[in-house]
Amino acid sequence: MVFERKHILGLEELSSDEIRLILDTAESMKEVSERDVKKVPALKGVTVVNLFFEPSTRTRASFEIAEKRLSADVLNFTPTESSVVKGETLLDTARNLEAMGASVIVIRHAMSGAPWLLARELSSSIVNAGDGFHEHPSQALLDLFTVREVKKEISGLKIVIVGDVSHSRVARSNIWGFIKLGAEVRVVGPPTMIPRDIEKVDVRVYYDIEDALEGVDVVMMLRLQKERQESGLLPSLREYSRFYGLTRERLRLAKEDVIVMHPGPINRGVELSSEVADDVHSVILNQVSNGIAVRMAMLYLVASSGGNA
Amino acid sequence: MKILVKGGQLVDPSQEINEIRTLYIEDGKIKSYPRGTKELEKDPSIKVIDASGKIVSPGFIDLHVHLREPGFEHKETIRTGCMAAAAGGFTSVVCMPNTNPVNDNASVTEYILLKARTEGVVNVFPVGAITKGQKGEELSEIGEMWEAGCIAISDDGRPVMNSRVMRHAMEYAKAFGLPVISHAEDLYLSSGGVMNEGFTSTMLGLRGIPNASEEVMVARDITLAELTKTHLHIAHVSTAGAVRLMREAKKRGVKVTAEATPHHFTLTDKAVLSYDTNAKVNPPIRSKEDMEAIKEGLNEGIIDIIATDHAPHTEDEKKVEFDLAPFGISGLETALPLALKLVEDGILTLTELIRKLTFNPAQIIKSDRGTLKLGAPADVVIFDPNKTIKVDREKFRSKGKNTPFHGWQLSGQILYTVVGGHIVFPT
Amino acid sequence: MKSKVIMDSETITRALSRIAHEILERNKGAKELRIIGIRRRGIHLARRLVDKIQELAGIKPPLGTLDITLYRDDFRRRTDWPSVQKTEIPFSVEDKNVILVDDVLYTGRTTRAAIEAIMDYGRPASIQLAVLVDRGGHRELPIQADYMGIKVMTIRTQKVDVLLKELDGRDEAIVLQLDSPNEAG
Repeated sequence: MVFERKHILGLEELSSDEIRLILDTAESMKEVSERDVKKVPALKGVTVVNLFFEPSTRTRASFEIAEKRLSADVLNFTPTESSVVKGETLLDTARNLEAMGASVIVIRHAMSGAPWLLARELSSSIVNAGDGFHEHPSQALLDLFTVREVKKEISGLKIVIVGDVSHSRVARSNIWGFIKLGAEVRVVGPPTMIPRDIEKVDVRVYYDIEDALEGVDVVMMLRLQKERQESGLLPSLREYSRFYGLTRERLRLAKEDVIVMHPGPINRGVELSSEVADDVHSVILNQVSNGIAVRMAMLYLVASSGGNA
Repeated sequence: MKILVKGGQLVDPSQEINEIRTLYIEDGKIKSYPRGTKELEKDPSIKVIDASGKIVSPGFIDLHVHLREPGFEHKETIRTGCMAAAAGGFTSVVCMPNTNPVNDNASVTEYILLKARTEGVVNVFPVGAITKGQKGEELSEIGEMWEAGCIAISDDGRPVMNSRVMRHAMEYAKAFGLPVISHAEDLYLSSGGVMNEGFTSTMLGLRGIPNASEEVMVARDITLAELTKTHLHIAHVSTAGAVRLMREAKKRGVKVTAEATPHHFTLTDKAVLSYDTNAKVNPPIRSKEDMEAIKEGLNEGIIDIIATDHAPHTEDEKKVEFDLAPFGISGLETALPLALKLVEDGILTLTELIRKLTFNPAQIIKSDRGTLKLGAPADVVIFDPNKTIKVDREKFRSKGKNTPFHGWQLSGQILYTVVGGHIVFPT
Repeated sequence: MKSKVIMDSETITRALSRIAHEILERNKGAKELRIIGIRRRGIHLARRLVDKIQELAGIKPPLGTLDITLYRDDFRRRTDWPSVQKTEIPFSVEDKNVILVDDVLYTGRTTRAAIEAIMDYGRPASIQLAVLVDRGGHRELPIQADYMGIKVMTIRTQKVDVLLKELDGRDEAIVLQLDSPNEAG
């Protein structure tokens, strides 16, 4: 099949075929990363701008490496250093970049919906690197890729997402991705952190982590951000880790070949005990190398769709 | 000016009239209902309007408009806001005090009235702020504002969070016979919210404002109104729960009235999908159940009036990230066609609809307008309920083009708006 | 569409056998050979060559598969993109004699892309090209076939299709008359 989208804004709007195409393309891209000359000329002459309004060394580095492996010309634009501090709007900033010849803009922004605003108003291709609490498609795609690599087939797997689901764009994108590829998805966390009406998308809600872990194939831990405690959603981090932290004993409730994932960076002792983090079940480091292959696939498909649709 | 409005269907709920009748206006008042018109038609000083096939009703009265002047003239001025009102069939508008400076004292009230007299083509009735600076702490000089011409008090845009302050405001307002208009929102529950809390907000990753935020304050204000025996008017009702609370309060005999906006009885929160800031409004557009409950409330008479909450903003202000966009819909020029859909769908009869746009609002602010009885000020609107129009925001007279209805095909076109016997629309 | 068979099953088998002999002759044996098939049909032809060489010389040269989609030069002009398939070159090409295998040599652009791809894997001693059908007269780049099954003169409104047992159930090379040169792809 042919990829016809001009933008990749989120997994909610992608079909399961499109998701599979991205994952299959990432397989070939992974091979490029494994040989000595880690470069192909596919995006030669294409200018890609990394427009990151939120600090993020990992995701941005991953995108940057992916772009360079495709031979693209890369521009990193971090608005704290620039005119946005002087009050320039998001649209004006992006329009300037478009005028400089940016064919693809990879945007990370603290507010949900920012990529949609750009997609509506600009002619460049937009790739969402994370918007507010809304979606983080490249993270979910690399999670899907990693799970598929280990488990061969996603359909029929039991996945549980643990933690602050309501403020997590990683959780939302993963929920869409795993459901579309046929997995059974569960969420567990304190009730103050489970988003309203999430059951409507066919996700089972749990408040007890032990019930939620029963028989699962994949455990996806979310980062707990300290600000959540400060805004009254949790009484203390200690209580959170007592009731929702992943320990070796709790992990035994899952299937024997369970894999544990985390988008990083890990709060050792809060979401995961140190031993679990180092555990052989964990594929956390694999996720990092797969991230580059998946991002190469996303950029390649979006740039090659010829700016159609 | 002398105007003869011939052969239209006169719908005047204040007099229970709904029949073909000719209207004659002279000296700014409704002079008579002439039977034979041949003599009058021969008089060259009389402007004759042929209203056959059209509706002739009292000019609409909008109890909730933001004219933005003083302080926010880039969004709207009294002049442009009144032009928009006239284009929408409104002959009177009630303007909210969240200007800059806030209308919390007589001089700002006088400024607004002066501007309205010299530049406004429709009648303007100012609402005074309940508290100084709308900070919710100290009462403003309500008596002086009443004397200067305010017809109600409200901190609209914000609630009065402190219940004791709200109680005192309600008691104090009784001395001047002023209704207290409540913007019902619990700021702690709504904190950070930018749209209705529900499945759509979960999907879009946006913070939601739960129904409870409005209902908690509606319940509180009804309770205080009962305690203080004041007239309470609930602005822009948006939830099924609020309608339920109002129904129960009215049954008990509490002196409370309520309004609903066209966007709340026409849209659901799906209107913000794809992050359309034109549908970002406070209180937010809510679920289908809430929308249906508001329509039921209108049908049962629990919701007494329709008001637009006209809230213009500039295009630049709205073309930003959803979280950053200001709340508001520019509603004066789409109100009638959207309201007529209620008649089309059998929710209201035409007479009932017009009552909610004319007589009922007039009663709330104790105005002698909203009627076409002989001797009343000649505030009249003539419209064609069947003419299809396509909403085009570029053609709005308002500076605010922020509407989620752009491009919609609707029925209902304003043909003439007359204020005090002068035709103010079309210009 | 009118069509003409230019190679039947027997002819193809004989041609591949002859090519295998020529490769062994020119490269003085099979030791430094590395055979790389260009997706899709080149891979099956490459496999057959590997088997034939093993039969003739007793040595089985390593086989790789190459997808050149990421090296194409018409990147932004096409609207119908074939999806990227896997490239697998499980050996070093350093100082080896690489034989690229494809079904049809037409403009030479596919070969150019394949050469660029191989160079990203290392520095071969030589890169040689083996094709089943060489469409003479259409070269757009200075590329030649070192080994060919058959050379035909064609015009732009014709297309050459190679059918293979492994994919299409039979071995055949056909020249098709198209309605317009654009179908020639």
